[in-house]
Amino acid sequence: MTAILAFIALVMLGSAAAAMISRNLVHSALLLALSWLGTAGFYLWAGADFAAFAQVIVYVGAVSMVVLFAVLLTRQNPVGDVLVEPASRKRSTAALSVGACVAAVLSAAVMSSSFPPASVAAPTATVKQIGLELMGPYGAALLIVGVLLTVALLGAIVLAASEPERNPEDAP
Amino acid sequence: MVLPVQSVWLIPALPLLAAGIGALTPRGGRALAAGSAILAMAGAFVLACLALNGSLNSAAPLGSVHAVHNFDWFDLGHGAVRLGWLLDPLAAFMCVMVTFVGLLIFIFSLGYMEPDANFTRFFCFLSLFAAAMLGLLVANSLLLLFICWELVGLASYLLIGFWFHKPAAAAAAKKAFITTRIGDLGLLLGLLWLYDSTGSLLFYDGGAGVLESAALAGLAGHLLAGGLAASTAIGLLIFCGAAGKSGQFPLHVWLPDAMEGPTPVSALIHAATMVAAGVFLVARVYPLMSADTLLAAVPVHALTVVAFIGAITALLGALIACGQSDIKRVLAFSTVSQLGYMMLALGVGSWTAAIFHLLTHAFFKALLFLGAGSVIHAAHHEQDIRSLGGLRPRMKVTFATFALGMMALAGVPFLFSGFWSKEAILHAAHEWDVSQLPLYAGLLAVVLTAFYMTRLVAETFLGQPRTAPAAQAQENSAVMTVPLILLAVGAVLLGFIGTPACPWLQARLSGEPLHSSMGNFFAGGGLMFLSIVLVGAGLGAGWWLYGRQLRATAEARDPLVVASPTVMAALANRLGFDELYAATVGRLNTLTAALADGLDRWVFGGFINFLGMLGVFSGMVNRQVDEDTLNHGFDSVSESIRGSGRRYSRAQTGEAHGYLRVIAIAFVVLAFVLVLGGVR
Amino acid sequence: MTQLHLCLLISSALFCIGLAGALARSNTILVLLGIELMLNAANLNFIAFWRFGPSPAHATGVIFVIFSIAIAAAEAAVGLALIISLYRHQRNIRLQDAVRLKG
Repeated sequence: MTAILAFIALVMLGSAAAAMISRNLVHSALLLALSWLGTAGFYLWAGADFAAFAQVIVYVGAVSMVVLFAVLLTRQNPVGDVLVEPASRKRSTAALSVGACVAAVLSAAVMSSSFPPASVAAPTATVKQIGLELMGPYGAALLIVGVLLTVALLGAIVLAASEPERNPEDAP
Repeated sequence: MVLPVQSVWLIPALPLLAAGIGALTPRGGRALAAGSAILAMAGAFVLACLALNGSLNSAAPLGSVHAVHNFDWFDLGHGAVRLGWLLDPLAAFMCVMVTFVGLLIFIFSLGYMEPDANFTRFFCFLSLFAAAMLGLLVANSLLLLFICWELVGLASYLLIGFWFHKPAAAAAAKKAFITTRIGDLGLLLGLLWLYDSTGSLLFYDGGAGVLESAALAGLAGHLLAGGLAASTAIGLLIFCGAAGKSGQFPLHVWLPDAMEGPTPVSALIHAATMVAAGVFLVARVYPLMSADTLLAAVPVHALTVVAFIGAITALLGALIACGQSDIKRVLAFSTVSQLGYMMLALGVGSWTAAIFHLLTHAFFKALLFLGAGSVIHAAHHEQDIRSLGGLRPRMKVTFATFALGMMALAGVPFLFSGFWSKEAILHAAHEWDVSQLPLYAGLLAVVLTAFYMTRLVAETFLGQPRTAPAAQAQENSAVMTVPLILLAVGAVLLGFIGTPACPWLQARLSGEPLHSSMGNFFAGGGLMFLSIVLVGAGLGAGWWLYGRQLRATAEARDPLVVASPTVMAALANRLGFDELYAATVGRLNTLTAALADGLDRWVFGGFINFLGMLGVFSGMVNRQVDEDTLNHGFDSVSESIRGSGRRYSRAQTGEAHGYLRVIAIAFVVLAFVLVLGGVR
Repeated sequence: MTQLHLCLLISSALFCIGLAGALARSNTILVLLGIELMLNAANLNFIAFWRFGPSPAHATGVIFVIFSIAIAAAEAAVGLALIISLYRHQRNIRLQDAVRLKG
């Protein structure tokens, strides 16, 4: 049980760290998809099957595709690998130290916490149960999220749609 | 079939609609503009007849003949301003008269205005006028009446000045407007005073109206300084408006000048309807005007003033008419004189006789004006009776109808309506217990009326044509003669609805039972005989002077001018009222204006200039203080604010990384603080 | 140390990787992806607390994660559209160049 968790964590964290370090943007995107897959594995391990499927469909399926599109649409040279400059030393030092500080605080907080004992049996969340809850107590929230998604997607289209350049001197 | 009072607004609404159509019609749409105007007027006539039918046959008991329909206009803090429609025999008779005469005049205008380029505009204005006049008649609120009253004034201004390119017409329109406005100021003041005292402007409102006993008792009981009753003062103020509109002395000067307008306008406005509005107004507020008659102690009764003003006007108008030579001006002064008769009748307490005379006068005066219009149209706008003459053989219909109208106006006995209505007035004046002077003035005016009308007919129609336009005159088309014939029929027959033997109209108007007997006819026989003799004297004198020896040329001198040049010159000059007003009111106005100008220029102007200099000086001081002392302080303060702003803005790098980093560090710091602070 | 502690440590590590990446990289896409990683770490926590919490009867944690994923999808769509818009304006997507709002 713990061994499976350790494996999942290894894949998840390793690919995430590699993605954050890699110079090749396409590699980064693919590594991140792997990391998200690891997250989905964690959900499966924890028994949240539906969340795992949602994670796969949304992140691995959709978001990573959008990321890849963005990468390809915004690359500087149209042929060859999409390389980006490495992080500058000063910046990465600052980032690592800040990240380490936050990690230290979080770990300390987690380690010094004591939690009530878990229930013996693993909880189950069947699709039917989730569906009933979504349509019942969380119906209003579901509708609002639907509206939010619609608005966000329309906004994304408006933002990304190419407009005629009204101000030629704006373009470099 | 009857028209309920709730729908009585349709009567003015129809011509208003026609006016709107006329206003939107392009200049070429003559048939549309005239057709809609005439159709609307015919529809209004039918509705008015239905309303009259309903009003006469109402199931309400006699004496409470007022059917009203009131509604809220708008809310105003403490309550609503209410307007309403009123339907009683007075309004209904007037509506029928206005729509019928108006309809005939509209039809006549088809022919008369046919050559005019602004034909559609003319019909638009005519319809607007008719709508306003009818609205005035059915209003159950002094406010609504006042609104329509002013609309009538506006329409009359537009119509008198219809040929505004003629300076005389433009000046006449202005004169009419301003003169009537002087009277209207009185009406407005009376209206405000009335609202202030009673809190309502509705005439009849189920006991709460201003013409009902509760309000009247309060008004008559409230004595002002000098012992004048409030109702007297308000009544006289309202009478000011009526005097302005109805051309009563001393505000009569606009009416003759208004003859500059097209002749159908003169017939419609200045003979039949608008000038009758003043008489109608006094008749409408008659309960208010007569509220003080039972008070013995007051210095003057409102109706006494009305009677004397009416008597003066009747006499004055008739006198001046004898000296005029323009066919329309003779008729105009005759109108002034007849309106004086109506006011006289109102003043001596017989408002039913006044309305009777109003109705008959509307018919025969419209007839006379349209006849004059027919003559003018045929004689190529030659209006001077000295230059006309000899039209009888060529314009038979016009002559016959004009002669009928002339006899009605002169009061030729028994057959003609003017005789009966004038008789009713003289009879009422005879019975007045305050003074007999109005009666004498009226009797004298009877002679003069017969005299000048004989002169008018003799000079215009008899003898030989004296100028080329008169010689070439031809009878007009049927569209102009048929209205003349119809009006002539009315001018003859209408008198029989109110003869002393059977005063049906008077009974219907006042809501009292009808007493018909031949005894009444003979009771006033002496006075009637006297007046018949006087009419005969007037006709005879006219014939003696003008009919016996006809004028040979246009330049020949008038026999009366030969006899008494100064008197006739004064009469031709309208007794100098215009000059008098120019010398007094006009000069006062100029003087006041000059005074105001001097006051403005030197006193107020100097003061303002002084203030301005003071301002400039203090501004200079202020500026020195500002620049040398205050500005330094403010400058340094704002400089330091700007500096600190610059320093803070350095933190806003715009770099997302920086923000994120700060957030993360802040989180760590926060966690430390919480832990150190002992929060677990 | 329970499994819950272990899960929370893993999610903390994922969070810090995302944070460090978002801070270190200058490419806006990578910054956005770092932020997505931090969001995922939060989702991990939800699931962990649901799984090892005292009252797992309701599917509250799962529901929460589902909503969170939905919002993350919206965020990714808008964020990437912003990136494309940014690219159109300045012909690159270096975050430190997008400082036009600087005070």
